[in-house]
Amino acid sequence: MNPGASSIIELTGVSKYFGPFKALDDINLSVMTGERVVVCGPSGSGKSTMIRCINRLEEHDEGRIVVDGIELGEDTQNIRAVRQDVGMVFQQFNLFPHLTVLENLTIGPIRVRKMDKARAEALARQYLDRVHIPEQADKYPAQLSGGQQQRVAIARSLCMEPRIMLFDEPTSALDPEMINEVLDVMVELAGTGMTMVVVTHEMGFARKVADRMVFMEAGRMVEVAPPAKFFSSPDSDRARLFLDQILEH
Amino acid sequence: MSAGGQMAGTGGRRAQPRPQWRRHLGRVIASRPASVLIYFAVMFAIIATALKGAEAMGYNWQWYRIPRYFYDVTEGGIVLGEIPWGLVGTIALSATAFLLATVIGLIVALLRLSDLIVGRWVAQGFLEIVRNSPLLVLLYVFYYVFGPIFGLDRYSASVLCLAVFHGALISEIFRAGINAVAKGQWEAADAIGMTRWQVYRYIVLPQSVRFMLPPMTGEVVNMIKSSAIVSVIAVAELTTIGRNIISDTYMSFEIWFTIAAVYMVVTLIISTGATLLERRYTVRD
Ligand SMILES: Nc1ncnc2c1ncn2[C@@H]1O[C@H](COP(=O)(O)OP(=O)(O)OP(=O)(O)O)[C@@H](O)[C@H]1O
Ligand SMILES: [Mg+2]
Repeated sequence: MNPGASSIIELTGVSKYFGPFKALDDINLSVMTGERVVVCGPSGSGKSTMIRCINRLEEHDEGRIVVDGIELGEDTQNIRAVRQDVGMVFQQFNLFPHLTVLENLTIGPIRVRKMDKARAEALARQYLDRVHIPEQADKYPAQLSGGQQQRVAIARSLCMEPRIMLFDEPTSALDPEMINEVLDVMVELAGTGMTMVVVTHEMGFARKVADRMVFMEAGRMVEVAPPAKFFSSPDSDRARLFLDQILEH
Repeated sequence: MSAGGQMAGTGGRRAQPRPQWRRHLGRVIASRPASVLIYFAVMFAIIATALKGAEAMGYNWQWYRIPRYFYDVTEGGIVLGEIPWGLVGTIALSATAFLLATVIGLIVALLRLSDLIVGRWVAQGFLEIVRNSPLLVLLYVFYYVFGPIFGLDRYSASVLCLAVFHGALISEIFRAGINAVAKGQWEAADAIGMTRWQVYRYIVLPQSVRFMLPPMTGEVVNMIKSSAIVSVIAVAELTTIGRNIISDTYMSFEIWFTIAAVYMVVTLIISTGATLLERRYTVRD
């Protein structure tokens, strides 16, 4: 990594509890501008919890999280400022079912960014092009396939022109034949220099795109390594075991 | 009935199949024309019994005097009688109270769902008090206690009382409707930086309308029915008109039958309209 680059996401000593259960345990992670980090690990290891702390869908209990120069805390102004700069794509798409595709894309720019409608629609169409579904603008989400819905969700995030994109297992709810159309869009996005943090078990994608791999287990970051090293000779046994299991399929 | 017929067919080894004519009879009784006939027969029996009882006590029926309480023909044309005016009063009262109740219900529901501890307590306390008071007592409190303190006249006291009472019920409808919206919708809206209010306004409330519509129309009907209670403090509406006419004419049987029928016609119209509206909404899905 370029040592001169500044970190855009900074997690320092972050812990998070659900009741007595410690879901995140002393997480330290610093993501550089333009960097692509892929997070993997077994189910329940805290991947979602960590990524959701970055836009404060979950509140951390200990440590500091600074995103794009803004520290996340109780201040709702700060939280919203961060959220406008951080796009998030969910496993279950979470499109707004009562709005058309175009409205799904424009509601953020219009209501949050206070953009006028014509400009927001132009922007939305531009991003629908980017995710290769310009012809679906007037449909409702339920009328689209899973892969198309997830691409709309990506476009919806991009319409806010974020500096960071978070992905939480964006392809695991998809039928196998639709996974690639979504991954392709993500690879293209990586090509634009977007900072990305991606939770996924798609190791082909990780190899192609990741600057760094993060392996989590039981709420801890067990291993952080460049993909070449991570896939060929991980330091921890846990990571090796995990990779063996996942690459078997 | 058809299920019974099938069972008789398949379980024939254990139970003797019912004779043909009985199965037939069952089907005939369940059919729509037969149901209507039975319904009218039962209604007729009830009314006949009531009439017989009235006759036994020497009641002097004067139905012919009723129409003029609906309308009167004068040289100037047809003028509406007291009962339609009473109905207008009931509808105006109910509509005003319902609008206010919706606002109260929304505020209470949002408070209960908010992060503000004080807000949740206030909402919870309000609900407990209102839900555990009889409507009549609530009305007396509004009229005899709050009336003098805040200078409320009969009408405002009635509107506020009904609004508060139904507001508590409506807040539960709102809360259930809001909770029925998937959690992922909140998260997606939060993630693009919407304020709490924007999330409600543009994402959550529009989606919960579908869940709230059926119970809300039920509440409209309940409001119209419970508005009758304000007749105890003599606010001009349908039930009060009924009482007034009776105190002048002593035709209590005819008038109460008539008033009840008017309420029933109005609430049936609303329920039917609501059913059609709901059907429209479900088709869109
Ligand atoms: N809202 C919650 N309340 C209580 N426990 C929770 C909550 N959310 C997550 N957890 C727990 O925290 C732990 C980490 O969950 P998390 O969803 O972050 O795991 P994950 O690594 O994303 O797993 P998966 O691969 O299954 O998505 C799990 O044990 C989970 O049961
Ligand atoms: Mg997860």
